[in-house]
Formats: sequence, structure tokens, C-alpha cells
Amino acid sequence: MELLCPAGSLPAVKAALEHGADAIFIGMNNETNARHFAGLNFNDKRILQAANLINQQNKDLHIAINTFARPGDFKAWKYSVDKAVDIGAKALIIADMAVLDYAADKYPQAEIHLSVQASATNKAAIDFYRNNFNIHRVVLPRVLSLQQVKQLSRQTDIELEVFAFGSLCIMAEGRCYLSSYLTGESPNTVGACSPAKYVNWQQTDDGLESRLNDVLIDRYQDDENAGYPTLCKGRFKVDDNLYHALEEPTSLNTIDLIPELAKANIASVKIEGRQRSPAYVATVTRLWRQALDKYQQDPENYRADPSWMTELGNISEGSQTTLGAYHRSWQ
Amino acid sequence: MKFSLGANQYYWPKATIAEFYQQAATSNADIIYLGETVCSKRRELRQKDWLNLAKELAKTNKQIVLSTMALLEAPSEVMLLQKYCANGEFIIEANDVGAIELCRQNKVEFVCGQAINAYNAPALKRLLGMGMQRWVTPVELGRDWIKQTLDELDSQNLRAKFEVEIQAYGHLPLAYSARCFTARSENKSKDECQLCCINYPRGRLVDSQEDKQLFVLNGIQTMSGDCYNLSNDIASMENLIDVIRISPQAENTFTILDDFIAREQHSEYRKLPTNHANGYWHEIAGMQTI
Repeated sequence: MELLCPAGSLPAVKAALEHGADAIFIGMNNETNARHFAGLNFNDKRILQAANLINQQNKDLHIAINTFARPGDFKAWKYSVDKAVDIGAKALIIADMAVLDYAADKYPQAEIHLSVQASATNKAAIDFYRNNFNIHRVVLPRVLSLQQVKQLSRQTDIELEVFAFGSLCIMAEGRCYLSSYLTGESPNTVGACSPAKYVNWQQTDDGLESRLNDVLIDRYQDDENAGYPTLCKGRFKVDDNLYHALEEPTSLNTIDLIPELAKANIASVKIEGRQRSPAYVATVTRLWRQALDKYQQDPENYRADPSWMTELGNISEGSQTTLGAYHRSWQ
Repeated sequence: MKFSLGANQYYWPKATIAEFYQQAATSNADIIYLGETVCSKRRELRQKDWLNLAKELAKTNKQIVLSTMALLEAPSEVMLLQKYCANGEFIIEANDVGAIELCRQNKVEFVCGQAINAYNAPALKRLLGMGMQRWVTPVELGRDWIKQTLDELDSQNLRAKFEVEIQAYGHLPLAYSARCFTARSENKSKDECQLCCINYPRGRLVDSQEDKQLFVLNGIQTMSGDCYNLSNDIASMENLIDVIRISPQAENTFTILDDFIAREQHSEYRKLPTNHANGYWHEIAGMQTI
């Protein structure tokens, strides 16, 4: 299985290379990528430097062009596709049918990976994209149980990539409009969920309050860890019950599932976190490299090392991890 | 302008569903969408019941469309979808691209549902080539976005080849998850949900700690806390929107439908009720109101 690591900057690319990534995915610093955050990502000059670094080490570069094109601005998405091909990226990660159409038509030899934002969760959907846009690989949304991943793998011979570690999107990706409902901006339209410019923190008599576009997402007492107000991870009320109505602040960690994922013929395990620091990329890449190598050497006796879990827990949201939808009890 | 009843998003007892569609049969709706789109465990009506209901309703002069699931995870769900697409009589509302693929294989025309991410003219052009008859706009798109998209298609002489529909009333489906949030709200897992969503014919409200109505839990679906209401915006839909969709409500659906029909003829501004919003249409946050 390929270890596919995130990078939002050149130092993060270097960290991923140094610690054993097989492939690295990045995006341009424009609205064509679903991690469009201020101060992150790659301009024309930097993306060429990243490509050179990755090529020199014979590793693979994937470029995410995975938002949905705004009418009248399609040239920005075309530009990103042209640029990715021009600098010799191994794969283009695309979600929008318009962008898929452009890339498949103009560059029939390009390797297209269907972004998780395209939300293909079943064989018929995979066939749709394959028959129409000549995709090579599908990145599966984080809504399938392990059993369902295995079933899908048996049904199709296309390459499958799964999310292995990182922030946990609990909704079918690409089909979640919660962020635009509260702020007007969503991953699909501007490449950001719960955008930072709408976030406000305030210490009050009731505790530390986090708000998104003035909506109270959570309120923390002194002994609680405050987390970024991603709107699906707030504490809300249903009748009189106050709880994390949708999900707790937590990260996905499937390092325990490596043998199962390998048996399901998964081509690539993806680490989420292009918005995270080079130190995060270094730690996750190093631990996952160790885990995959350990599995490779002795598949029968593979066990996740407790020290990995501790280290990964420390860099996780809310300092806790979950198997997410892979485990049915989570659902 | 035509008017439609969208597929019911909630889980109601069989008798309630039957009663609703009896009224729908004699209502002023031009188009009726039928079927379960949220959760395959909701089986008060099974496939043959939905098809029988469709045949019954087709005796009226209305167009009947079979709506299909938005989130397909298990092979059994895809098999059921395949049977819908091969029904041989009714067109399909596709809420997942998998349904479009199966419609193509069965040579059936389809409505591109609001859960499919068709965001721009090149995408719609491709879908037209696959048999799309109607585009239900994705919930987060506003008037300017829709207008620009349609202008672009108009310049390619493609606009007349399909209809455009928008949900103009009802809580908006905003997200789909593997997790069942209604079951979670009762401390149950999805596998042991006991179909508890049948006890919430309007879904379950989620409020912020300051009592702002944020979301509605409806099984694996999260809906907008506010009721989307474009009753003041019908005039601005002219030459853009062909079909106005009313999403079925536990109460007063047909009064609301008739009110929209009347407001198309005689537009008058009325202040929206509390917890109603129209932000998306105006290209601002969905929860806001103009």
C-alpha cells in the first residue's frame, strides 16, 4: 500500500519525503483546491520546487484540484489542470464533472484520481465516473464501514484509496453544505469548511465561547480543551440534552486496520492534513511508515505499537481518535 | 411556472403516507416525486408499494417521478436502485451519480436531483448528453450562480433542452452521513435504531446553547434549522426557474403549495415567519434572511 501524505508548504513536503512518504498530495494557492486557507499551498514557483524535490527522490506527486468551478471562472480550474500536467504530476485529484471532462478530454494520458469530494460510495457511481471520465483511482468517502469497503473492492478492479488518519469528516464529502448554511462559504464553493475568517473567540462569565459567523458552536469551562469551531463538532441541544449532537472533536486513526485494508486490496492510505504543520506531517508520516513496514515484514503478527497510538493521539483533534465509519458501532 | 411536491424527506407511518398522497392526487401540483431518498431501512412502503402508488397517481394528469436514495453504501441498496431504474414506466430522480449510470444502462431519462453536485454549465452539458430532463439546483447555489450557469448554456443553445427546478419551501437537506443522528439522539447505534425516526415526523430540532435553531436531525440527513422559504422571491425566478418545489411537511403542505401558486400570480411581500430563511437564493449564508 502506498503511503500518501499531505503538504501545504515546502517544509511539509520535505518532512514527508524525509520520513518515508511514497507519494505527496498538494494543491495550488487558489480556489481550485479544497484546502484553500490563507498562507497555505503553492504558487507557480513553489509548486515547481515541490515537483522537483519529489521527482529527485522518485516519489509521486498528486495535485488536488477538487472544488467545483464557479460559473464564469472556469479558466482558473483549467489553469490548475494545465499547470499540474505541465510540471509532471503523477496524478490529478478532481471532483467536479466539468473539471474531469476538461482534464480527460485534453490530457487523455493523465492519471485522474476521483477526489473524495465527488462522493463516490458505490459501484454504480464508480462506473459512472470511469465510463465518462476515464478515472484511474477512487478516493473513498469516510462513510463506508470496513465491510462495505471490502464489498466494494470485490466488485470493482479500479484502484481504491482510503483516508487512514487525520481530521474526521463525518458527512459524505462533497455533499455537506453545513458550512455555507452558516457562513455562505463551503468546501465545494470556496474550498474551506468553517472558514477561519468567521471564527470568533470570547472569554465570558459562562466560559470561553467559540463562534462561527456569530453562531455559538461551543462553550468551554476552564478544565476543558477548546478546539477549532468546526461546526459539526460543536455542543448543541436536542430537547434538553446538551451534547455533541453530530460528533465529538476527534480524529480518524486506522493504524489498527492496516491488515484489513491490505486484504481489501486498498492501493493507497491517505493522511489528511494539508493545513497542518510540517511537524505534524513528519510525525504522522514517520509512524505510518513504521507501521506499514512492520506489516510488510510480518503480516501475520502485525500489531499497532501502543507508543504510536499515544503519539498520534497527541496530535489529534481533542487528543482522541476513532475508527469512524469503518467500525459500525460508530455509525 | 410548474409546481412540484418533492420526495418526502421524513419517515411517516404507512397510513400517513397514503393520506398525504390521496391529497396530493387532487392537489394543484403538476409534478409529484415519490420514494425514499434518505435511509434504506425505512420500509413502511416497499418498492412495489411505491410503484403501485406511482401507477395510481399517474392516472391524474401529473408527472410522476421516482426519487432514489442520496447515499448508497451497500450493494443491496444499489440492487434496489437498479430495479427502480428498470421500472420501464417512470422517469427517475437521481440523487447519486450511480443512478445516472443505471439510467443510462436502462435508457431511462432522469432528473438530476439536488444531492448531485452539478455546479456549472460544462457539467450540465455532460448530463444533458446522458439523458437529463431537469436540473434540481444544489441547495447552496443562489440566483446569480444559477443565472450565470444558464446564460452560458443559453449561448450554446442548450437551455431549452431541460427544465430547472428549485426547492422553494422546506428544511433543506444539508448533509448525509454514515451515522444516524436521530438514533444517536436517543443513545442508539444505527444498527439498533429501532426505526426511531418514525417518531419524529418533522425531524428533531438542534439548538445552539443560546437557543438558536440550527439544524434538524432526520436520520442520516442533517437539515437546515430554518425552513427555506422563497415565497418572496418568486418574481426573481422569472426566466430562470421552471419548477418550484415544495418539500412535503407534516402539516399544511397543500395550503403552502396553493399559497405559492397564488403568489406567483400576485406577488406581494410578506415578512417571513420566525425560523424561516432565504439566504442561499441571495448568495449569502443559507440561514440568513433578506
